[in-house]
Amino acid sequence: MIEVEHLFKKYGDLLAVHDLSFSVEKGQIWGLLGPNAAGKTTTMRILTGYIPATDGKAKVAGYDVFEHPNKVKRITGYLPENVPLYPEMTVQSFLHFVAEIKQIPSTKRKEAVEKAISISSLKSVRGRLIKNISRGFKQRVGIAQALIHDPQVLILDEPTIGLDPAQIIEIRQLIKTLKGDRTIILSTHILAEVTQTCDGVVIINEGKLMASGSLEELTASLQQKYGVFIKLRDGGKGKVEHFENISGVDKVSMKDDGYDIEWTKGEDKRDDLTRYIVERGWGLLEMRPLSLNIEDLYLRVITGGTEQ
Amino acid sequence: MKNIWAICKKEIKSYFTSPIAYVAIFVFLVLVGFFFHSLILWFNTQSMQMAQNPYYLQQMNINQMVFSPLFHNISIILLLMIPLLTMRLFSEEKKMKTDELLYTSPISINQIILGKYFASLFVLLVMLLLTGILSLLTFAYGNPELKPILIGYLGLFLMGAAFMAVGIFFSSVTENQIVAAVLTFGSLLLFWILNWASSSAGGIWREILNYVSFFQHFDDMTKGILDTTDLVYYISFIFLGLFLTHSVIQSRKWR
Repeated sequence: MIEVEHLFKKYGDLLAVHDLSFSVEKGQIWGLLGPNAAGKTTTMRILTGYIPATDGKAKVAGYDVFEHPNKVKRITGYLPENVPLYPEMTVQSFLHFVAEIKQIPSTKRKEAVEKAISISSLKSVRGRLIKNISRGFKQRVGIAQALIHDPQVLILDEPTIGLDPAQIIEIRQLIKTLKGDRTIILSTHILAEVTQTCDGVVIINEGKLMASGSLEELTASLQQKYGVFIKLRDGGKGKVEHFENISGVDKVSMKDDGYDIEWTKGEDKRDDLTRYIVERGWGLLEMRPLSLNIEDLYLRVITGGTEQ
Repeated sequence: MKNIWAICKKEIKSYFTSPIAYVAIFVFLVLVGFFFHSLILWFNTQSMQMAQNPYYLQQMNINQMVFSPLFHNISIILLLMIPLLTMRLFSEEKKMKTDELLYTSPISINQIILGKYFASLFVLLVMLLLTGILSLLTFAYGNPELKPILIGYLGLFLMGAAFMAVGIFFSSVTENQIVAAVLTFGSLLLFWILNWASSSAGGIWREILNYVSFFQHFDDMTKGILDTTDLVYYISFIFLGLFLTHSVIQSRKWR
């Protein structure tokens, strides 16, 4: 649905996007992840036709964004980082205006505005001036304007920035409900957002692609430890040797108030381990896989530069 | 056309939901009313004095003695006010980042410019139409000629429209409204007084300066003279202003 091939963008001497390529399948939510000034906003602006790329290709739904900008704009909804709102307008009249410039025919405009208001839960503020509503509602109006023309593609630049925790959860929920058969790209530097809402991730730094793929793929490719973390009731120490005696276990180490027990890839010693502990009545409180979480993944990609 | 209308409606609403249009129209009408009042009083006393002499009384002409100077006065007020009416058209969009919404919507730059331009013309039209009440009063109490007045108004409208084209251009150049207003005002004034320099210049320069100056073209029209050169001048001025605006916005893409 979205294809980016060897994209470059220069601002004077500054190379904001450097040979970026990735693609997103239809009906998926992908996160564009990277530190500040990594080129996330620039990439999104190119995809929405706000600025042209210096070199390379970007296609949305098969249309080249440089050759058929209007076709792309018709099927793309965009929430910029600074939500574009006219403070002197009411929520409803603003959405009506957006419906007009997004080419929704006059007979369907009212319906589209109503739908956008109800999806984004804006009923309570529909008649109020935008300058008088809270930050959370403004963000919702921003999302409502992005999806008013029922676009196939949604591009959301930092959709949860500046919101309080409750609002962040609401907006994430909203984004998930929008998925359906839409393709969504959202940029963020909140790592938890990616694990909670996205199917895949594109990690960029200084305009360059560091890694891209589904979360499972990426974690699998970067994972180096296989095993479990366990916690026992007595918090007991001195059991390292016991665990080391189980066949197949390579390494045991104390960590926090439990043990990291590792084995080689492909083996699974969870059954043996559980039996061992239960038989001795040590009280198994917790057992979880030693997986790479998104923070580890991100840091490893950004600092280590493991490209895929 | 639909898109132009959508932008135009939004801009007109924004003029009239904020105090901008009301304040501008109010101040404009007070000033025009004051000038009109003074001119009528002066015309009145002149008429009284001439009443003794039937020959001179014949020469008294309300079109020449009231309307022609009134139109000149109005043009100066417009020169001062139009920069303030056009300064926010593009600079505010840029500052509030709402341009990102406009430029990522399936509408062309030309449609955005024309929509905004027509909205500013609408405000100008409202201002000028309201001063029409004053002219109607003269018809109630005297017998002025209609045609020169209409031509004078056409001149005012065209000149105001040319001012606005300059204003919209400078508004697209900067995101600071004050800068846009000052640049507009400065260049309008320059174009206004270019013909002063023409008196000291000679030969071809004299003609060029005279042609480029706003004043020369407007002066004819306040006297009720409709010349196609003047129309061509204003229309090309408007076209140039809008074309430059388009170029500035287009160039934003390549920076």
